[in-house]
Amino acid sequence: MTISGVALLAICTLLGAILGDLLGMALGVKANVGGVGLAMIALIAGRHWLVRRGMLNEGIKLGVGFWAAFYIPIVVAMAANQNVVGAVKSGPMVAIAATGTVLACFAAVALISRLSGQVETMDEIEAREGALTPKLAQQDGLGSVVR
Amino acid sequence: MITQAISHALQVNALLTAFAFVGLVMWLSAALSKYLTMNRVHGSAIAIVIGLALAFWGGTMTGGKSGLADISILSGIGLMGGAMLRDFAIVATAFEVDVEKAKKAGLIGAVALVLGTILPFIVGALAAAAYGYTDAISMTTIGAGAVTYIVGPVTGAAIGADSSVIALSIATGVFKAVLVMIGTPFIASMIGLNNPRTAMVFGGLMGTVSGVSAGLAATDRRLVPYGALTATFHTGFGCLVAPSIFYFIVRAIV
Repeated sequence: MTISGVALLAICTLLGAILGDLLGMALGVKANVGGVGLAMIALIAGRHWLVRRGMLNEGIKLGVGFWAAFYIPIVVAMAANQNVVGAVKSGPMVAIAATGTVLACFAAVALISRLSGQVETMDEIEAREGALTPKLAQQDGLGSVVR
Repeated sequence: MITQAISHALQVNALLTAFAFVGLVMWLSAALSKYLTMNRVHGSAIAIVIGLALAFWGGTMTGGKSGLADISILSGIGLMGGAMLRDFAIVATAFEVDVEKAKKAGLIGAVALVLGTILPFIVGALAAAAYGYTDAISMTTIGAGAVTYIVGPVTGAAIGADSSVIALSIATGVFKAVLVMIGTPFIASMIGLNNPRTAMVFGGLMGTVSGVSAGLAATDRRLVPYGALTATFHTGFGCLVAPSIFYFIVRAIV
């Protein structure tokens, strides 16, 4: 049933909200401490449990999947709700924060890839696998992209 | 009379009006992404920018603080984009996380993920402080926005940030995602982005699934699934640590 999926999602989200509030109270802050993250962990655990028992049916997937697909539109609505007039007054902070972040992260990728030494490039992997199973490698690359 | 009937129907069915309105924005963004940027910039990023621009327009029109939601026929936007449905939808995205696949990313993916959350947070929080947002709540929210445009508002709402600060955190995250989308192909050879392992490191460090998948697609389509694999954990991890550990650290320092 589709409602099972929606209910599962609702239970996990509520559980996260409650745990987050409790954690906030325990730590003495007026905040929901990590509630969304905790809810996600609950949902992943719930899914794992269902899969192991063979109870993950199409209805449950549809109930959760619909809301997952709805997330970007909801984020757009959220963005349309904010006090942007107030935010614009801060000037170029957004550009500086974002550019600084991207540069720092690019540098970290370069550093990690240098430190971890030589690895097979995508072209080399495909040349090797292509000799064995040409079609499979092709599908694996593109099939996952479409998803 | 007709306009009265229309505005009555739109106001009574506020949430449905919001669905239709956001649907139009999404459709327009997809078209802009395809024809104006040749799919370089992901439609979702364009849609969020349009959302922020509309909030600015709404704010100047009404003088209110809730962007478009202050316009009476669009009040449903406030419900659709409010904390309840937002958290609901964000949690739902975790359902696609496969524990077995997560293990494939391994230690290097985990290191990239942690580093990719800490580095943006520090840069974002410092930028916030430099522009006069020196309280712990604002610094944490804008720092979280530099992680992804989801972590920012989720964190801001959780710790009680001002709406204008939340708007800044969204804008920072979207700006970052767009930079990743556009910049990745140009910088790919410099950072050794030509193999699955670096792609996984890249996904973990850059975060933003839309930025990573669009950036990698423009670089080498075959790398997308590897980058997306680690990037999917980014938002969840950020939502877990930003309004908790990171907030406490910032509060202790400030």
